[in-house]
Amino acid sequence: MNQYPLWRYVLIVVLIIFGVLYAAPNLYGTDPAIQIQPKSGQAVTSDVITKIEDTLLQQHIAYLDAVQQPTGLLIRFKDTEDQLKAQRYIQATVGQSDTVALNLAPRTPHWLRALGAEPMKLGLDLRGGIHFLYRADTHAMLKEHMNSDLRMMSEALQKSNVRYAHITLQSADSKNPDGSIVIAFRDKADRDKGLSLLSSNTAYQDYQFVTSHENDRYFVMAHLSQQAVVGLEEQAVSQNLTTLRNRVNQLGVSEPVIQQQGKNEISVDLPGIQDTARAKEIIGKTATLRFQLVDTQNDPTTASNSGIVPFGDTLYQYEGRPVLLKNEVVLHGKSILNATTITGDDGRPAVSVRAGGSEVSRFNEVTGDNIGKPMATVYVETRAVQHIVNGKVEMTQQQFPKIINIATINNALGNSFQIMGLDSNYAAKNLALLLRSGAYTVPITAISEQTIGPSLGKANIQAGTRACEIGLLLVAIFMLFYYNLFGLIADIALTLNVVFIVAIMSVLGATLTLPGIAAIVLTVGMAVDANVLIYERIREELRNGISPQASIFAGYQRAFVTIVDANVTTLIVATILFALGTGPVQGFAITLIIGLLTSMVTAIFFTRAAINLIYGRRRVENLSIGIKVDMSAANK
Amino acid sequence: MEFFKAKPNIPFMKQRWLAATISAIIFICSIVSLCWHGLNLGLDFTGGTQAEVTFMQTVDVNQLREQLVKAGFHQAIVQVYAQTALSGKTKDAYSVRVGLHKSLTQEQLKDKLVQAMPGAQINSLEYIGPQVGKQLMTNGILAVVLAFVGTMIYIALRFEYRFALSAALALVHDPVLILGVFSFFHLEFNLIVLTALLTVIGYSLNDTIVVYDRVRENFRKIRKGTPLEIMDLSINQTLSRTIMTSGLTLVVVVALFLYGGQSVHEFALAMMIGIVVGTYSSIYVAGSLAIAFGLTRSNLIPAQKVVDELP
Repeated sequence: MNQYPLWRYVLIVVLIIFGVLYAAPNLYGTDPAIQIQPKSGQAVTSDVITKIEDTLLQQHIAYLDAVQQPTGLLIRFKDTEDQLKAQRYIQATVGQSDTVALNLAPRTPHWLRALGAEPMKLGLDLRGGIHFLYRADTHAMLKEHMNSDLRMMSEALQKSNVRYAHITLQSADSKNPDGSIVIAFRDKADRDKGLSLLSSNTAYQDYQFVTSHENDRYFVMAHLSQQAVVGLEEQAVSQNLTTLRNRVNQLGVSEPVIQQQGKNEISVDLPGIQDTARAKEIIGKTATLRFQLVDTQNDPTTASNSGIVPFGDTLYQYEGRPVLLKNEVVLHGKSILNATTITGDDGRPAVSVRAGGSEVSRFNEVTGDNIGKPMATVYVETRAVQHIVNGKVEMTQQQFPKIINIATINNALGNSFQIMGLDSNYAAKNLALLLRSGAYTVPITAISEQTIGPSLGKANIQAGTRACEIGLLLVAIFMLFYYNLFGLIADIALTLNVVFIVAIMSVLGATLTLPGIAAIVLTVGMAVDANVLIYERIREELRNGISPQASIFAGYQRAFVTIVDANVTTLIVATILFALGTGPVQGFAITLIIGLLTSMVTAIFFTRAAINLIYGRRRVENLSIGIKVDMSAANK
Repeated sequence: MEFFKAKPNIPFMKQRWLAATISAIIFICSIVSLCWHGLNLGLDFTGGTQAEVTFMQTVDVNQLREQLVKAGFHQAIVQVYAQTALSGKTKDAYSVRVGLHKSLTQEQLKDKLVQAMPGAQINSLEYIGPQVGKQLMTNGILAVVLAFVGTMIYIALRFEYRFALSAALALVHDPVLILGVFSFFHLEFNLIVLTALLTVIGYSLNDTIVVYDRVRENFRKIRKGTPLEIMDLSINQTLSRTIMTSGLTLVVVVALFLYGGQSVHEFALAMMIGIVVGTYSSIYVAGSLAIAFGLTRSNLIPAQKVVDELP
C-alpha cells in the first residue's frame, strides 16, 4: 500500500526541474535599456555606435554596457531617468533610419536564455508607463458609409430613368439605431420599379428595404442589416488597430500592447514611457492620402536636372525616375471609405476603392475631363523628427510624401472605382493596405488614460513580494507546528506551487500585475486548503482506529472529490472574471486560475509522492501528523 | 497540535435561530447603511481624474484641499497614506481625486492640477471617462449575477437543488456585508474591491461545499439519525478543517493588507471581511437552510450509484 511506481517520481523530478528553471529568470531582475534597430534590418554600424557613445559622454549620461544583439544594439542603464533622457538624445543622433526603443533588458544569464527561459512580463502597474483606452466613433463611420451609398442609389435610379421626388438620409431614431436612407416616389409604379432595381443589385445586399405610403407619397426605406453593421464596425476597429500599431512603433516602445477590448474599444499599453502629451500627439497623427494628376505637358527629367520645377507642380520620385505632379488635389484620403483587392476585368490583380463625401462630385468632374491621362496616388506620412540644437533635443513634425501608384484614368470616376493593371497580388494587397491606412479612419477618442511612474511600479513589486513572502512564511510555520512532518511536506508543496505559477506565467508570456501578485498570495492560502482537507481526513481515520497506511490511503481518496468540488466553484468565478474583466482584473483572474490548477498538482500529487516515499513499503507505527493515537489495537 | 482534543460536538443546529437573528441583523444593517450612505464609488465607476503625488516637504491635507478648491477643483478629494519608498523609508503620499471637467482637455487638466499643487511629484495619473465607468458597472453587476448562477448550477448538478438554493442564500450575506462595511466606513469601492467580492463568492462556497460533501457522505453511511443530527455531525467533523483553512487564508490576506501596499489595501480588506463572514455563513447558515428547505436522506439516495466505487 502507498507505493508509487518509479515513473511517477521521475515525472515529479522532471516537473520540479522544469519549474525551477523557467521560474529562475525572474530572480535576476531587469535593467532599463534602449534598443537601437536600423530600419533596414542590418546591424548597427560601428560608426553609429561611436557616435552614440560620444553623445552619451557629452551629455554625462552613464550607461552600464552596450551590446550588439541579433535584434539590434542594446544599451543598459542604471535607472529609468538616465534611460528616458538617453532615448531622446540617441534618437536625435541616429535620426530616422533607426528605431530607438525603450526596453527592459532581463539580466537572465546566457545558459538560461539558451533554454528559452525568460522572466514574466510586468504589467504597467509594476513597471510604469502609459495606458490609453480609445473608443471608435462607429456612428460617424456608418453615416459616411450610408451617405456614399445614397449617392450611388440616386445615380442608379437616374440612370434607369426611375423618377423619384427626393432621397435623404434619415438620422438615427429608436426604430433604426443607425439611421436609414429614405427615397420618396410620386407614384406606386415608380416606387416598385425603384425597389426591384435596388434590391436586386448586389451592391446593396447589406440593406434591408421597407416600403410605406403616406400623403400620396410612396416611400422606400433602406437600412443596414445588423450583420452588415457589425461587419463594418469590426472592419473600422481593426483598421484603427493597424494604424495605431504603426503609430505606436514610432514612439519607441519595445513591447506595446494594443488590443481590441469589447465591441469598439482599443486599449493601448505603452510600458516605460512617461510623456503622455507626446504619446497622444504621435498616436493622433494619421497618415494621409491624396490623388493628384500627373503633369504630362512638362518634362520631369529636365525639371529634375535643372532644379527648375514648373509653376503649380511638385517634383516626386517614383520607381527611380522623376515625376511631376500638379499641386491640385483631386481627391483626399479622407474621402476614401474602403479599399479591397479584387481580380480586375482584365484578369489581373486590382484594387477596388469606395469613396464618399462631398469631394466625390468634383472628383467625378475632373477625372471625366482627363480621361486617358495618368493620375498618381500619393501617401503622406507625418513623423516626429528629433534634432540636437545647442545640446538640447528639439522635436519637429515633418511630412514625407511618397507616390505609391500611377494609373491611367479610363473613365469618369465616382463613388466606386478600380485601380487596375497591378503587377502582382502582393502589389495589390500592399496598395489596398496603404490606401486604407491613409483613408478615412473612424475617429477615436481617449476615454480613459493612466500614467504610472516607474518608482511607483518598483514600490508595488517590492510590497507585493514582501506580502507574498510573509504570508507564505506564516502559513509554513503554522503548518509545521500543526502537522509536523506532514506540515513540512505541505510547506514544500506550497513553495513549489508558487514556483510553478511563476514558471507557467513566464512560459506563457502572461503579464504579471499587482492584482496578479495578490492572486498568488491568495493561492497560497487556498492551496493549503487541499492539504488541510487531506490531513484532517487522515487524522480522522487514525482516530477511528484505522492503521496508518490505510489512513493515508483513505485520506487522499476521500478528500480528492471534495477538493475538486471546492476548487471548481472558485474556477467558475475566476473564469467569469476573466471573461468580463479588463486589464488588471484579467491579470488577477488568469493568475488565480493557474494557481488553482497547479495547486491541485502540488497539494495532491506531490505530497502523496513525498509521503509514499517516507512511509510507503514498510510497517508504520506512527504518523508524524501532529496527533497521538494509540495504534496498538489497529496494528495487530 | 489539535484544536479539538476530543471530537467536537457543538450543537450548531440548536443555535440556528440565533444564527438566523444574527444574519438578519447583519443583513438589515448593511442594507440600511447602503441606503443611507450609499457607496463611495471609486474612480473606476464614477469617472474623473486621480493623481498619486508625493512632496519633498510635509504638506497639510486640509491646506492641499483648499489649494485645489481655490484652483477650481471644488469636488477634490484628498487622502493621505504612508508609502514605503524604495529606500525603505516611509513617506506621506497623497491621493488626489477630482471629478470630470468637460471643458478641459486631459493635458490642460493635468497642468492645472500641477499648478495647484506646487512642489508635487506626480507618481501616477489616471483619467477615466464617464462612459467607461458605466460600462464597468454594468459588467461588474453582470459578473456578480453570473458568478451566482454559475456556481449554483454546478452545486445543483453535483449535489441537489436544495443545496444550491441554500448555498446561494447563505452566500448573499458575504457580498452584502462587505458592501455594508465599505459603505459604513466610507471606504472606496473600486474595480479591485469588486474583484475581491467575486473571489469571496467563490471562496466562501469552498467551505459550504466541504460541509455538503460530508453531509452527503454521512447520509449514506449512517442509516439512523435525523437530518438535523447528520447536519450537526457533518459540521463538527469538518470544523477543524474549516477553522484551519479560513485561519490560514486570513493570515495571508492580512499579510497582503499590511505589506501589500496601498493599491491592494481595499482588496485585502474586502477579502478579510469575506473570509470571516464566509466561514460563519457556511457553518451556521448554509446547513440549516438546507434543512429548512426540507432536505432528507431520500433526496441524496439516487446519487448513491455514482460514488459507489468509493471504499
